[in-house]
Amino acid sequence: MTELLNVHALTKSYQSKGYWLNKKLTTVLDSVSFSIEAHKTLAIIGETGSGKSTLARLLVGAESSSSGNIYLNGQELKSGSYKQRCQHIRMIFQDSGTTLNPSLTIKQLLDEPLKLNTPFDEKKRTELIRKTLQKVGLLGDHMNFYPHMFSGGQKQRISLARAIILQPQVIILDEALASLDPSLRSQMINLLLDLQHQMGLAYILISHNLGIIRHFSDEIMVLSQGKVVEKGKTQEIMTKPQHKVTQKLMMNQNFQLRAKK
Amino acid sequence: MNLLDIRNLSIELIHDEQNILAVDKVSLSMKEGEVRGLVGESGSGKSLLAQAIVGVLDDKWYVHADRFHWRGIDLLRLTIPERKAILSRDIAMIFQEPMACLDPTTNIGEQLAEAIDESQLSGFFWQKQQQRRAATVKLLHKVGIKDHDACIKSYPHQLTEALCQRVMIAIALARQPILLIADEPTAAMENTNQGQVFRLLASLNQLKNMAILLISHDLENITHWTNTITVMYSGQFVEAGTTEQIFNKAMHPYTQALVDSSPLANLHLPAKSRLMTLPGSIPILQHLPIGCRLGPRCPRAQQDCVRAPSVTSFHGHKVSCHFPLLMNPKMKKSPLKKTTRA
Repeated sequence: MTELLNVHALTKSYQSKGYWLNKKLTTVLDSVSFSIEAHKTLAIIGETGSGKSTLARLLVGAESSSSGNIYLNGQELKSGSYKQRCQHIRMIFQDSGTTLNPSLTIKQLLDEPLKLNTPFDEKKRTELIRKTLQKVGLLGDHMNFYPHMFSGGQKQRISLARAIILQPQVIILDEALASLDPSLRSQMINLLLDLQHQMGLAYILISHNLGIIRHFSDEIMVLSQGKVVEKGKTQEIMTKPQHKVTQKLMMNQNFQLRAKK
Repeated sequence: MNLLDIRNLSIELIHDEQNILAVDKVSLSMKEGEVRGLVGESGSGKSLLAQAIVGVLDDKWYVHADRFHWRGIDLLRLTIPERKAILSRDIAMIFQEPMACLDPTTNIGEQLAEAIDESQLSGFFWQKQQQRRAATVKLLHKVGIKDHDACIKSYPHQLTEALCQRVMIAIALARQPILLIADEPTAAMENTNQGQVFRLLASLNQLKNMAILLISHDLENITHWTNTITVMYSGQFVEAGTTEQIFNKAMHPYTQALVDSSPLANLHLPAKSRLMTLPGSIPILQHLPIGCRLGPRCPRAQQDCVRAPSVTSFHGHKVSCHFPLLMNPKMKKSPLKKTTRA
């Protein structure tokens, strides 16, 4: 299989304000490289401040990198190429309730990315919105509702609909499953897996819950202080963690696991 | 003797036309030195129940119970001030999001000192200041904060979330409670920090024989730490039993679905396979189904489920369902026949 997204030596550093001799350079991400194929899921784990969220923001283009390149299908994504990025890399956030504009209907919410990125006329857009809503397990008639009329799980589905409506290739899930209730979370996991199967999506999953990661991902990347400390197949890393940081993370999971036997 | 014994506690939200029954006849009992988990998804009324126990609900809510005993004392017969005196002496509560619960404008030392009761200090008034400080340091040591000087001086935003939660626990411990109610103490916390907080609670339970009511929305997170578990759904009692019973021999379809939907509990499942799940979503408070509130989502629902089931006990394993799992088939058939005749 060919690589879908290829990230090469991505670095992000912030310069703190100060006198010109006293300027401090904090490196948040230190030459991170990885690649994903279609139909695959890459999980990123790490403690707070390890640079997971920064990585996600760099990939969607919310921030520009200090150095390094991102290639999508062999084509380089530059810092200005928002149009290309919007279409192919989409993101779902942790708190779905607050990412939906409460004063717009679902139709208007989903219409926005279509208006900005596609040449479709209104009739075709409405048709596409209807289809996408059905795909994520909602009804087409839901498009005239406002976000407050939905429950938490349904809101998460709407943000998923917003992510997939442009037929992207990569979806970034930044803690998207953390705040959901367990029964809704497993529904969401099933839905994500189905969509991956149908559309050949690649997921980048940022999560703390190792149970979900084990179930959901093909590969794991462990970040610590901006550096990749371990990378490999989920099975191998889960059973034989090599690096100290990974071992510590796994140990905390084992605590929760032992009771299950 | 039970530490806490609650029978048929209901909490109603007072509303113009008809009161909304947010918590419907829930029973809860705790023994001394026990760690009980209270599990339920959002809107299950678990936090309401905890708040009702501590008595901090405002007058928008109407709480009534058939029995409410605390260490053998019938609290329902006492006047409100008497009840409050007993509850505030013996029960302490910690909340989720410790950062938001601590006062951001006051340093940790003062907030801790505020919680220490006058009666714990002996000596003359000029000694009290010093004793208070010593007690504060002792409390911080109890929750495993070694660098007490730095901690006392700092403000909540300068500490990490796990440290803040430790400070919250220290404040709760100030009056040496017998029961600690922890309302989602580790929500939105990282794995490593979660472990720290749970380990601290477990050690307090072991060393001081303090009973803990651990409230969580996630079954898989707390099973390692609890002796017994009570499961609630949408304000109704679902199932109660030992952790082992709940996890391995769940009798209620809802508990079974919770266990099945957890990827951690199902390590035998191949990766990327579909997880078991209940259809639909949690009902909102305005549109609660009649009878068993799980009814519309339940895979085993039948006609009988429009009536609320009563609680049946199998060797201490309490379950509230018309058609519990794992029962022998003969018993399962009898209610079935009734429905066909009706």
